[in-house]
Amino acid sequence: MALLIKNGRVIDPASGTDRVSDVLIEEGRIAGVAPDLSPAGAEIFDASGMIVAPGFIDMHVHLREPGFEHAETIESGSRAAAAGGFTSICSMPNTKPVNDSATVTSYIVETARRRAAVNVFPIGAITKGSAGEELAAIGAMKAAGAVAISDDGRPVMNSRVMRRAMEFARSYGVPVIDHCEDLNLSAGGDMHEGSLSVRWGLRGIPSASEDIMVARDLVLAELTGAPFHVAHISTQNAMAMVAFARQKGLPVTCEATPHHFSLTDAHMPAYDSNYKMKPPLRGGCDRSAVVEGIAAGTVTAIATDHAPHAGSEKMQEFERCPFGIIGLETALALSLEELVLPGKITLNRMVELFTTGPESVLHLGRGTLSPGSPADVTIFATDFDWTYDVNQSLSRSRNSPFDGRHFRGGPVATVVNGGIVWQRS
Amino acid sequence: MPAGLLGIEELRRSEIESILARAKDFQPLQSQSLKKLDTLRGKMIVNLFYEASTRTRTSFEIAAKRMGADAVSITAAASSVSKGESLVDTLNTLAAMRPDAIVMRHAASGAPHFLSRYLPTPIINAGDGMHEHPTQALLDARTILDRRDRLEGLRVAIIGDIAHSRVARSNVHLLAKFGAEIVLCGPASLLPQELTQLASGVHLTTDITEAIRDADVIMMLRVQLERQHEAAFPASEYFQFYGLRLEHLDLAKPDCIVMHPGPINRGRELSSEVADFQRSVILNQVENGIAVRMAVLERVIG
Repeated sequence: MALLIKNGRVIDPASGTDRVSDVLIEEGRIAGVAPDLSPAGAEIFDASGMIVAPGFIDMHVHLREPGFEHAETIESGSRAAAAGGFTSICSMPNTKPVNDSATVTSYIVETARRRAAVNVFPIGAITKGSAGEELAAIGAMKAAGAVAISDDGRPVMNSRVMRRAMEFARSYGVPVIDHCEDLNLSAGGDMHEGSLSVRWGLRGIPSASEDIMVARDLVLAELTGAPFHVAHISTQNAMAMVAFARQKGLPVTCEATPHHFSLTDAHMPAYDSNYKMKPPLRGGCDRSAVVEGIAAGTVTAIATDHAPHAGSEKMQEFERCPFGIIGLETALALSLEELVLPGKITLNRMVELFTTGPESVLHLGRGTLSPGSPADVTIFATDFDWTYDVNQSLSRSRNSPFDGRHFRGGPVATVVNGGIVWQRS
Repeated sequence: MPAGLLGIEELRRSEIESILARAKDFQPLQSQSLKKLDTLRGKMIVNLFYEASTRTRTSFEIAAKRMGADAVSITAAASSVSKGESLVDTLNTLAAMRPDAIVMRHAASGAPHFLSRYLPTPIINAGDGMHEHPTQALLDARTILDRRDRLEGLRVAIIGDIAHSRVARSNVHLLAKFGAEIVLCGPASLLPQELTQLASGVHLTTDITEAIRDADVIMMLRVQLERQHEAAFPASEYFQFYGLRLEHLDLAKPDCIVMHPGPINRGRELSSEVADFQRSVILNQVENGIAVRMAVLERVIG
């Protein structure tokens, strides 16, 4: 069945397209992009006044399956992704069991094939059990479908192990993604170390804990030549170091989350666990550095670090609550509001950060509308008002600091492999 | 949110003044033979202590009884915490028994603030982690004002493990609202620079002699080893650099008073001679604790 998306403003950074056009999809692939297409028998989606872009890729998502299905499943998380305009998501390996083997990778791929609303690409662990000691079966996971390796949430502290991981990653051609945190410096910390943590009597997570790990990893990336990607960058120094490494020509990239470019610790109501994540919401200079890094091109991708936790887990003493917030459904709207509307970046650049950016790190064969590509399309608009109601979320979890926030603009419809998987009602 | 007492930071100066004035009314009662009022007769107060405490729990219990209220004290070891019940569920269970207030101590900063969002019962914070201990600051202010006309312009040195101290934070907020000059002193690793942003009039020093010089009030803090994840300073030399000794007092104002929230560790944060020193008001603080908590209970549920 063919689908014709008519009269939208087609923005396809990969081909440099930005004009009102039609997009024709046949048999799950892009068949053509041109004005006034009129094939016989195609289902028509009128995208007048909307933007039609390659399907958005979120390279940092926690789907919690297997092991934590009370908080999220591959199915529920993928539906939330579709509702956020994402057509491809990468699932982090900190499941139970940890995705440190081809068996778990295959389980995720198979479950996603049967249940997921969008494309799911697993990320394998760097070390067995993400314990930071012994390398996981990187090659076998890649063969089973893993697109990158990371011990997200439990960074590899041993520099020697990280070096070996990078050497293997380079030879297998998979990027290494690190959640950069010196666990000794951040031990016991619950929020950004600053005047508010001191005021509220909460233990701090110093920016230095991120800076030190980014520095170490960049040095190892240079030593090994491995493609290296900094997850959820949040500090001024880390951004400067990544910019420096990129200037040197190292194969280094980084991602920024919507919450780190939208919020600081000062936005956080005291002891509200929906604002508790790692890295924590930082100070004003750090947030500005993240925004500037996005504008300057140091940041390659926007990624959500969607981290669902069941209500009961977040409804505890602040220091006992787990880290993480959900973010799939608010990422596009926050990007429009915090980056595009204030003129920090253009709409085209925003689309890059969701498409060609992550594609350049992961090589999924997606992120473009060029004919023959898989027909993943994100249709969004910038001119309608809506309010995020987390109780209506398609995620199984409700831990968002953006509940009740009014937005202008957001996703309208999501097309995955040629089929409309979500539409704004 | 029901009006309890979560911290000093959010109180207005006038509210503090009225609590302190009311506490003064209750002071004579403490030395009478008949000590009991019936102001809060028929009211029920639950003391829920998730952290070991002798003086604060006893003080709240006596204060409640002297106001004519009934008081039940629960300690964490004896409660359902050990059965894995969440804090919210425990509190909701207690609230269903319709107490008029819950007095709560908890090792987690913000625990009472978090609970107050869900609970219909007013909560009185008897110490939350490293955050606040409002009735301690109130009884400290009452004790100072028993010996001085006003807090404004006083130089108050708070010495010890500032980083982990809820007593220090509550006192800083209270004293700053009244225009006192506050010097916080301790080992560098227990004295984050951000403390100067807590309130106006706060200075930091790692030199105890500088802190004490011309002080009107010296507040010594206990070293809270239980809140330290690692040894943030060499314990063996703590007393040498931060222990208060009699000779230090020559640097302070001649009528300077010495305070301590207790429990004191003789030979660790202050010498035994200082503890027994005539201008040490440590036991007056304990006594004022009851009057101040009577005033707080009256304000919250009266």
